[in-house]
Amino acid sequence: MGYPQKSHPRETPVLSKHFGEGEGRSLDGWKKRGGYKALEIALNMTPAQIVDIVKASGLRGRGGAGFPTGVKWSFMKPGDGKPHYLLCNADESEPGTFKDREIMRWTPHALVEGCAIGAYAIGAETAYIYIRGEFQEPIDRMEAALKEAYAANILGSNAMGTGKTINVYVHKGAGAYICGEETALMESLEGKRGNPRIKPPFPAVSGAFGQPTTINNVETLVAVPHILVNGAEWYKAMCLSNPKSTGTKLFSVCGNISRPGNYEIVLGFPFKDFLYDLCGGPTTGRRFKAIIPGGASVPIQTMDEAEATLMDYEGFVAQGTMLGSGGVIVFDDAQSIPRQVARLTRFFAHESCGQCTQCREGTSWTTRILDRIVAGQGTYEDLDTLLEMAENMTGKTICVLSDSCAAPVVSGLQKFRHEFEALITGKRSSQSAGGSQATAGSSKLTVGAGA
Amino acid sequence: MSGAPVDSKIDTAHSAAYSPVFVGKRKEEITELLKRYPTKMAGLLPALWMVQEDRGWVSEQAMTEVAAVLELTPAYVKGVVSFYTMYHQHPVGQHFIQVCTTSPCLCNGADKVVDAFLEHTGCKELGITSADGKYTVIEVECLGACGFSTPVQINADTIENVTPDKVPVILAGLK
Repeated sequence: MGYPQKSHPRETPVLSKHFGEGEGRSLDGWKKRGGYKALEIALNMTPAQIVDIVKASGLRGRGGAGFPTGVKWSFMKPGDGKPHYLLCNADESEPGTFKDREIMRWTPHALVEGCAIGAYAIGAETAYIYIRGEFQEPIDRMEAALKEAYAANILGSNAMGTGKTINVYVHKGAGAYICGEETALMESLEGKRGNPRIKPPFPAVSGAFGQPTTINNVETLVAVPHILVNGAEWYKAMCLSNPKSTGTKLFSVCGNISRPGNYEIVLGFPFKDFLYDLCGGPTTGRRFKAIIPGGASVPIQTMDEAEATLMDYEGFVAQGTMLGSGGVIVFDDAQSIPRQVARLTRFFAHESCGQCTQCREGTSWTTRILDRIVAGQGTYEDLDTLLEMAENMTGKTICVLSDSCAAPVVSGLQKFRHEFEALITGKRSSQSAGGSQATAGSSKLTVGAGA
Repeated sequence: MSGAPVDSKIDTAHSAAYSPVFVGKRKEEITELLKRYPTKMAGLLPALWMVQEDRGWVSEQAMTEVAAVLELTPAYVKGVVSFYTMYHQHPVGQHFIQVCTTSPCLCNGADKVVDAFLEHTGCKELGITSADGKYTVIEVECLGACGFSTPVQINADTIENVTPDKVPVILAGLK
């Protein structure tokens, strides 16, 4: 069910099946929907058995990187005498992405269960769900679910009556996109500024509080109970294209499109059908122009690329971008690509932690130059400067925020260069009939042409 | 970091005007909360949230108090406070209005929503509290509700699908 839209017959609702039903939020309602059966199954298995099933299912991380979840869990060594931690990354801040928000709002017990299973599988007695500070309703829903789970002895020092200790806590962020980066999240949890750490050491060796840690996205963890109940083969069979991309995935859709919302499809689904059939195509009288399919950090696609894409980890790469977080941002022919790219780089400039020079300087200078171009004061040399800076911002910093800022600049210039040039020569691009939108009409949205 | 590193001069200068947050119920709450973490420092973000819930913002005196409670230095606490956008380092309006203007919302007219809030609150500019102390309007980076553009957060509540014409009704409904 693609809340707020009604479920489309071509969706495969597994994780989102109970979105929009208030009843599934309570422990009783959740148990009626099969909740906590998977945890019971899990606690009767060894951690290694759980890891093997998750490995066999082919489940990959849903937060952006797509790392195989079972493999990640296998890096942890239960019984090594150290405290282990499970972190659930619920800092959902990637522009275009709002799926974890709905998972927590509608099915909070699904995440409690996923965290409990994950914690047991990696030998952790404590799991923290790090939720961005702006998500007050999801935080309240999760706190209410945790309270019920503790009261029912599902969690605590005798979890499900097995004598095992599983504690799950919510930790509220305070406004910082970068805290969605796994090591920045750990710093933030520890009570520090959210500066990403240099890797190695990787979290499985030294993560939260210097101890072995696994960090998983919300959507990854809520998939695990379904895998334990229905089996790895069932999950693996949900695959429409590349066998390395299995299961269902939630895609958040926003921007200029008829039916924005969350849609759950089996990986490998044709993107063209997704956009025009499930999401209803462009709004009346408009045509799609460009798409950012995996959250703001991935390269922009042309419609030719998008319409040839099969929606899985490999399919998006084959068409010049990445699956990322599954946050699909759609721009129609009323939008100016340079203006949207400038807004995206402004986002990254605002969110840079400032540790690395390439990022601290690069994100803000890129924004100033783009604002200058959008204001009609750019030069052709600016375009070369932007690409040169993007080169210096890619692959050279502690984390990938800098790379993420460069992605829309490079792909925007590669694929929509004529729109940038039109602003420089003073000719308005026919493709950006948005007219006044192509000039930085709202001065509040520019930092001034200070560059 | 040693315990009680508070500069006594600063403390004395402000003690008359400042009543501590972490007494009574709040003290019990933070003590209980710290059991969740292996370090006291990990209690910093939650402690700052408690301060902001009670006082509406995080003053320097409050940072000094938090530092003492968690055995940190005031400078360290200030460094953390200033990293995160949600902690207010100065008083804000009774209704703190954050309008998302990141790309997915911008392409659906979020800039017009910002204009409407400025107009109807009487706030002259972004970030400047209205003369009656009721409203502060800011633009915010992605609120994570992109399918409901434009989302607006007023204090802790998120309102979805805000358009300029809905702004007067939303403001009238604020307590």
